[in-house]
Amino acid sequence: MTNDTPLLEARGLTKRFPGVIANDQVDLVLHRGEILGLLGENGAGKSTLVKMLFGIHQPDEGEILLRGERITNDGPGESIARGISMVHQHFQLVPPLTVAENIVLGAEPVRGLRFDKGAANDRVREISERYGLTVEPTDVVEQLPVGLQQRVEILKALYRGAELLILDEPTAVLTPQETDELLAILRDLAATGVGIIFITHKLREVLDVTDRVTVLRRGKSVGTVATAEATSASLAELMVGRSVVLRVDKTAAEPSEPVLTTSELRVRDDRKRELVSGVDLEVRSGEILGIAGVEGNGQRELVEAVTGVRPIHAGHATIVGQRVAHDPRSVRELGVAYIPEDRERDGLVGVYSIADNLVLTSYHTAPFARTGVRQFPAIRQLATKLVERFDVRTPSIETPVSSLSGGNKQKVIVARELSVENQLVVASQPTRGVDVGSIEFIHQQLIDARDKGAAVLLVSAELDEIFALADRIAVIYEGRIVAELDPNTTSREEVGLYMAGGG
Amino acid sequence: MITLGRGLTLFTIVALTISYQIDDIQTTAVAARTVREAAPLILAGLCGLVSERSGIINIGIEGQMLLAAFCGFLGASYAVESMGSTPALLVGVLAAMAVAAVAGLFLAWTSIKLRMDQIIAGTVINIFAIGATSFFFAQGRTMPKVPNWSVPGLDEWPLVGRMLFDHGPFTYLAILVVAIVHVALFHTRWGLRTRAVGEHPSAADTVGVRIFRLRYVNLAIGGALAGLAGMALLQSASVFNRGMTNGKGFIALAVMIIGRWRPGGVLAAAVLFGFFNALQAQLQFKQAFDIPPQFFGMIPFVLTIAVLAAAGLSARPPAAVGQHYETE
Repeated sequence: MTNDTPLLEARGLTKRFPGVIANDQVDLVLHRGEILGLLGENGAGKSTLVKMLFGIHQPDEGEILLRGERITNDGPGESIARGISMVHQHFQLVPPLTVAENIVLGAEPVRGLRFDKGAANDRVREISERYGLTVEPTDVVEQLPVGLQQRVEILKALYRGAELLILDEPTAVLTPQETDELLAILRDLAATGVGIIFITHKLREVLDVTDRVTVLRRGKSVGTVATAEATSASLAELMVGRSVVLRVDKTAAEPSEPVLTTSELRVRDDRKRELVSGVDLEVRSGEILGIAGVEGNGQRELVEAVTGVRPIHAGHATIVGQRVAHDPRSVRELGVAYIPEDRERDGLVGVYSIADNLVLTSYHTAPFARTGVRQFPAIRQLATKLVERFDVRTPSIETPVSSLSGGNKQKVIVARELSVENQLVVASQPTRGVDVGSIEFIHQQLIDARDKGAAVLLVSAELDEIFALADRIAVIYEGRIVAELDPNTTSREEVGLYMAGGG
Repeated sequence: MITLGRGLTLFTIVALTISYQIDDIQTTAVAARTVREAAPLILAGLCGLVSERSGIINIGIEGQMLLAAFCGFLGASYAVESMGSTPALLVGVLAAMAVAAVAGLFLAWTSIKLRMDQIIAGTVINIFAIGATSFFFAQGRTMPKVPNWSVPGLDEWPLVGRMLFDHGPFTYLAILVVAIVHVALFHTRWGLRTRAVGEHPSAADTVGVRIFRLRYVNLAIGGALAGLAGMALLQSASVFNRGMTNGKGFIALAVMIIGRWRPGGVLAAAVLFGFFNALQAQLQFKQAFDIPPQFFGMIPFVLTIAVLAAAGLSARPPAAVGQHYETE
């Protein structure tokens, strides 16, 4: 084997699922010490591709060569033995076990019949020192912050002697600072000869850390480019097949009367822990207030409280002068649109058709129901119109919503919520897991709602989104608003610092 | 937990001493009976623990115990016709462990292959056990008596002798098994993998742990323990009776929950329930109060509800228990 032999080469990989071709003749090459970005919209086939490389899926056609030799897929266990590891988007860590126990699980050091905890701790310490990834082997994983948990995931791969590391959207849950740390770690790892496949849809990170980028579109590889020769615009164009406006065009806000005000708002979660601890906010008609923060700092509870989904423990919230009660329908009747963070759970009924989901908030009112009987022609008419106007890609309005891609599901919600006039729009992570083309579209809808006079409360963990949309930025940290900033005068770094509890 | 455990131990010793001063005969009787009654609950509770720690709810323990007692009785009863009573009893033990292990594998199979609801599958085992054992039940058979292994010398000690050193083999075995399961769960590779599979199966799957195989193995081990629990029932009864488990398989689930899915906790909780049982038996026997004996018989079940309600508030079961694992 010469040094020119790629670490991994995939040739003509094809994977079909009932009704769709998830990967169609995809080629991919990864060298030692190289970071390869894998870029594509949601549903472009990135996950399917890496699952074939990692041995979870069997390719229908094509071959995979590892160090120049053809391999067959025999499951994750075999892949790990061959030096391929994967850091999944949702951490694969057992919360009540220690760091060392999680790292050695599946390949435990044993002495006789006993599991050798001491040896496990020593091995983990040794590896963490060698790669400069500090962890305490005896810490219990569930007590660690997210950034450290991810470090444990990477150590898990290194413990198994990974020469090829696949990371599936690793930065989705990190603060900007943690993301920078991760990217530095990846560079160091690559310098030791590890080959890395880095999946993301954040162009900035691709440009920052990768050596080459392979772009997938609708299951096909549409090009591999050297990162040094790429720009955000050129990559985005490859991804969606047309040029994309990455900056949303918007005029300066013209805020008028306050629509939503909260005063000393306190909200508890289901386990009675106070997650919103005295929040004072004001969102005016015609402006977008962006709430920036790392997930889990009370955003969800704040949003659920002002939409009436969750009871307010103390303090109060008012919308157009009315006190918010623990009653979602009465809140909606004040003219509130709500785009929830978890669209599968809170925004849609998966087994219902697109049409039924589009009338989920109005099915009981005229013209969609008369004397308690549903009026299907009116529903169909509305659905046909909205699917067209909001560009929902679907075979029919009777298709169950669960079979749509993430971006199209979100468009169904946006269509339902923003196709009517609203006083207040509450949008929580409105473009999470949504492809670039749809992001652009959803952002434009939110701006349009603002320009029509709605007050918009935007919660997002994506700083790009906050900066693209917000007229004012409030940073939430541990249930409190720790800073209110003007997007024109602040910087990503300053916001990131507040998000991490500094500042 | 250690300090709580020590506190309870200390309290028990003090209470026993005082009670012994007041009435030595009855105290000794209740104490000895407590340990005897606890044995099947310990073994059955550990059956539940080994299953649930790997992510499968086993509500069929009652049925497993009943099948085990039935087959153990028949095995020993027929074997004794051609061999000595000790080998015949061993045949009974093997039959009991085998049938309960098969029932455990059945539960694992319905859950893993058929993706059946685990509560329903467990109920199937319970109903099948009642029907099958009643149908095939033949009166008039006898089995060799399970011997009492009293420890010479030690069993003469006041109170402690009768309480700890004058029991049948399955009672000693139950306490030994607690220690074995504890070490296995927290100090072996199997234990680490079991806990990982019960908490977060996909984490174990992605590092190559074969979770379905582990669940089959655990349900078989748990079944074998339920088989021993069934033999522990025969140890005191010496004959098979219809429905002789009398809800103990369900109380074992309560024991497991109150014991917080830890072997030491199962031991403590089983002793607590054993004590309730012994107390009600003694009160019925003594006719201490002018109350119908059924009321005393009710005590263990009422206390199960009360203690479970209190313990349930803070209990944290294995996170993935009862869920089907989706492979891709």
